[in-house]
Amino acid sequence: MGDGTGTGTGTGVGTATDMSPATGAGGDGFITLDGVEKVFQVRRRTGLLRRERREVRAVDGISFRVARGEMVGYIGPNGAGKSTTIKMLTGILTPSGGRLRVAGIDPSRERTRLAHRIGVVFGQRTTLWWDLPLRDSYRLMHRMYRIPDRRYRENLDRCVELLDLAELLEVPVRQLSLGQRMRGDIAAALLHDPEVLYLDEPTIGLDVISKAKVRQFLKELNTERGTTVLLTTHDLTDIEQLCNRVMVIDHGRLMYDGSLEGLHEVGESERMLVVDLESELPPIVLESEGAGGGPALRAVKVEGPRQWLAFPAAASAAPLVARIAADYPLVDLSVREPDIEAVIARMYESAP
Amino acid sequence: MAADEKVPVTEVSEAFPFPERSRLLEGVRAYGLIMAMWVRSTMAYRASFAMTLFGDFAVTAFDFATILLMFTHVDALGGYTLPEIALLYGLSATAFGLCDLLLGSMDRVGRRVRDGTLDTLLVRPVPVLAQVAADRFALRRLGRITQGLLVLGYALVSLDIAWTPLKVLMLPMMVVSGAAIFGAIFVAGAAFQFVAQDASEVQNSFTYGGTTLLQYPPTIFAKDLVRGVTFVVPLAFVSWLPALYVLDREYPVDLPQWVAFLPPLVAVACWALAGLAWRTGLRAYRSTGS
Repeated sequence: MGDGTGTGTGTGVGTATDMSPATGAGGDGFITLDGVEKVFQVRRRTGLLRRERREVRAVDGISFRVARGEMVGYIGPNGAGKSTTIKMLTGILTPSGGRLRVAGIDPSRERTRLAHRIGVVFGQRTTLWWDLPLRDSYRLMHRMYRIPDRRYRENLDRCVELLDLAELLEVPVRQLSLGQRMRGDIAAALLHDPEVLYLDEPTIGLDVISKAKVRQFLKELNTERGTTVLLTTHDLTDIEQLCNRVMVIDHGRLMYDGSLEGLHEVGESERMLVVDLESELPPIVLESEGAGGGPALRAVKVEGPRQWLAFPAAASAAPLVARIAADYPLVDLSVREPDIEAVIARMYESAP
Repeated sequence: MAADEKVPVTEVSEAFPFPERSRLLEGVRAYGLIMAMWVRSTMAYRASFAMTLFGDFAVTAFDFATILLMFTHVDALGGYTLPEIALLYGLSATAFGLCDLLLGSMDRVGRRVRDGTLDTLLVRPVPVLAQVAADRFALRRLGRITQGLLVLGYALVSLDIAWTPLKVLMLPMMVVSGAAIFGAIFVAGAAFQFVAQDASEVQNSFTYGGTTLLQYPPTIFAKDLVRGVTFVVPLAFVSWLPALYVLDREYPVDLPQWVAFLPPLVAVACWALAGLAWRTGLRAYRSTGS
């Protein structure tokens, strides 16, 4: 059980820890954002004719650099500015302020030129052709991006093999399952050899097996081809399994940029001890053994004979278990790893 | 030397896969690619395609049936005989049908903005206008054109016109320019949907409403309305003005005869304005995201 979780190396807000393999960036990153802002004018009807104008700062001065070949998770609650950032990085939206470069290109000015060098997967919007066999969608990409024939065949063969698409190529997209379609979408975004791949919620709605396949593929893509990957997700397992680096955004600001372990430290993360007692008892109380006093753990939830006890992720579980076993009629127990979701939720709460 | 030059050309295109290309040609090419996909999609449901093709033909044919019905009670409508009205009708219906075939789903821009699928078009390396224009390309719309051409054929057979080469040339000119003028309205209407996403009905009143208007002679409408569709939304250039020249008729609003030859120029001007509107609309979308 992860003893390493407490020894984080994260350095908190504002420090980009460069964990890219070999291809570390000198000076400008492959993706560079300097004080990028996006301000929307929202008009709301307040009366019959009266309208209220309000400024919404969806992205409020974000700066970061991503080196070529990095794999970065970009997380935040709904409306935090994740999608807006991705839309600016892909050239869909024009920033209101700041400087933004992807592969040396200003996305909003040279959107179509950039399009040749990036791949985009919108988790909830397929770009595949509903009524046509999967292969037809790929043929369209082939011609639309003017991919040289040989490269197209190589890329398609590789995607088909790694994403397990061989059986699906002749099947109309409408007959594919959600997981199959997502794999199909990812392949479609990679046929033109993009240097960077943006994935917006790539595993949303997928079953466990499909999620694993997608993650495995992205990992291989990153290590073998050196493709830079930036993904937004609500599923933090994606981040845990894929990304060395995580960025947390809330209210349009970058709250954290660093390693996942560091996030636990910054967020004062806790592990959870789930104990089954012989009978229903009042919440377990354990005083700290050290001098400082204060409880060593706190009961989060009690449900019949089962209790959920939280303790700092850095602390060792063994002495706690021993003491509980000594004082209480313990039947069974399990330890749950720090819930990164809770960590992040706490981070949002503590935000100004 | 000449043989030497041939080899590097292919190499250059390998090394620089994204040379600058004409946006217009790129757009037309992308339109063709997407159109082909829609045609193939349609052919996945052949029976449904056949039925809707016939349906489109039948529904539009009712329009002309209405006119035929009127002529069972009167001999002339606004001073025009049935073959003359058939000419107006056929020209307008064919021009509109051609435009509807090529750009008929442009009014879906608003919906694409609302459900966010417009973003998937913006990350492709081809013009968005071409992608939107080819969206849901539907061959069934040939039904409308067929109907228009049939009526036009009837008019040409039954009319007694002193044909000159100029008058003959004017027929294809009218259809193409007319389709282009309608097309500009489609594009401008689509551009407006970036601002007001539920405005597709406004556009429809000009396009579908416009073609119905043009199917009747201008003499039956109020002068102000005729002036409006001449000078404001130049629908009169689609069929009325040039057709009245072919028919040797006076235009109800006082205009010199040479305006009958203006439709191509009017079409170009309309497209310039529509293109500007489109750029403005797309820029507004990209700065507001809604």
